[in-house]
Amino acid sequence: MSLQPLWDWFRVLHDTSGIKLTIFYDAFDRARFLNGFLTSVRLMATCLVASVVIGVVGAWIQGSRSRVLRLVTQGYIQFFRNTPPLVQLYFFYFALGSYLKISGGNGIAVPVVTNFTWAAICLSFYAGAFNVEIFRAGIEAVPRETLEAAESLGYSRLKAYVYVILPLAFRISLPALNNNLVNLVKTTTIAYAIAVPEMLYVANQIWSDESNVPEMMNVLMIVYVALVGLLVWVMGRWERALRIPGYTTA
Amino acid sequence: MVWTPDQPLVSLRAVFKSFGAARVLKGVSMEVMKGQVICIIGPSGSGKSTLLRCVNALVPIESGSILVEGQEVNDPKLDKLALRRKVGMVFQQYNLFPHKTALENVMMAPIHVLKRDQREVERQALALIAKVRLQGKEGAHPGELSGGQQQRIAIARSLAMNPDIMLFDEVTAALDPETVKDVLVTIRELAADGMTCMIVTHEMGFAREVANEVYFTDGGLLVEHAPPKEFFASPKDPRTRQFLDQIL
Repeated sequence: MSLQPLWDWFRVLHDTSGIKLTIFYDAFDRARFLNGFLTSVRLMATCLVASVVIGVVGAWIQGSRSRVLRLVTQGYIQFFRNTPPLVQLYFFYFALGSYLKISGGNGIAVPVVTNFTWAAICLSFYAGAFNVEIFRAGIEAVPRETLEAAESLGYSRLKAYVYVILPLAFRISLPALNNNLVNLVKTTTIAYAIAVPEMLYVANQIWSDESNVPEMMNVLMIVYVALVGLLVWVMGRWERALRIPGYTTA
Repeated sequence: MVWTPDQPLVSLRAVFKSFGAARVLKGVSMEVMKGQVICIIGPSGSGKSTLLRCVNALVPIESGSILVEGQEVNDPKLDKLALRRKVGMVFQQYNLFPHKTALENVMMAPIHVLKRDQREVERQALALIAKVRLQGKEGAHPGELSGGQQQRIAIARSLAMNPDIMLFDEVTAALDPETVKDVLVTIRELAADGMTCMIVTHEMGFAREVANEVYFTDGGLLVEHAPPKEFFASPKDPRTRQFLDQIL
């Protein structure tokens, strides 16, 4: 099925009303906006998954007996929670990134870690720091007696965490987790600052070329509302699916 | 030393335990033989629950010795998980896993901890749920069951690990009076099957009927113990007499 009639309709819209949505009727703009959109989605998906994994592992380490591990986790949380994400991104990309370069074939240094990867690492750890605290709060809300029951059945600390504590803590944490993940999805736009060709970045390129700033601003707003709306909807469905019959946390 | 069934299954020697400044156990000694059912009674705060929780190493003791099948519980090198596989425990607040169904609650530990075959465990779990008379409730979540039903599932959950001894910590204290009976019937049947049981309880009638030996604790000490008839008919210590006068 061809979408050409739709593209043509946007061209007619431009010719009759002056609304200049080149991302629909101009094949070049369409391709780069789609790439930007996909890059954004890829960055969001990577960071969502990685930050939740960091949160789960970090919360487990926070309950560990090793003081050193607990201090390292605490240090990590303080560092990432107490500094602006944009500053972190610059720090990773320009400070750490400058040491991680190898010589390319033509004598020009090329970075080992791409700017997309730096953005993914930085944003995952940034949101992950909050997730650790969110999951820790959930773990602390699981009654101590539930853990004792698991222990008295011969569960090790790790197995009790995986099979009993985490499934309950996760349910308790979901509303707070939702908030943080929504925030994460929106924060992916700062990858713009290190030239990751995500949606905001390509939108900027397009409006520079086409002088259609108001149109592109509207497009960005609508696409972000849709993406965050999708996330909230999925999380809401998930929360309902995980609801335990007859269970109250009182 | 190798443990043989003619030796005590559980033996406590001069066990001391404090929580901060509060001395909860002040030199408790007792022996439980295989197949024996002992009831521990006494006023609140007398150390009954702590005593039970020391036996499966939920609470570490300060001094003294606890042997379970000849294995020293008060040994830093103790494999706690191995000990707890042999010692089943049922709690006052049931403590079922609320996100799992009744059947899953019973099946979880044998699969996760003992790594037994899932189908075989399911057969055993269904039989255990039938044994505690809760057929038809296999798919219910704990939140959908009454307290007494939850407690019976909790008993089935412990039994699924095939323990050598069961510890019952005031298992009817949180229940409505009309559901207490079902739980006591279940424990009585277990005892009749020859399961070794240590039962902390406030149900004097039950203790009199089910126990081979009744222990009375007060202020962190075992004041006296005797077979139930003798214990309830002619308590020797004035503290025991005073306690029994108050509640009977």
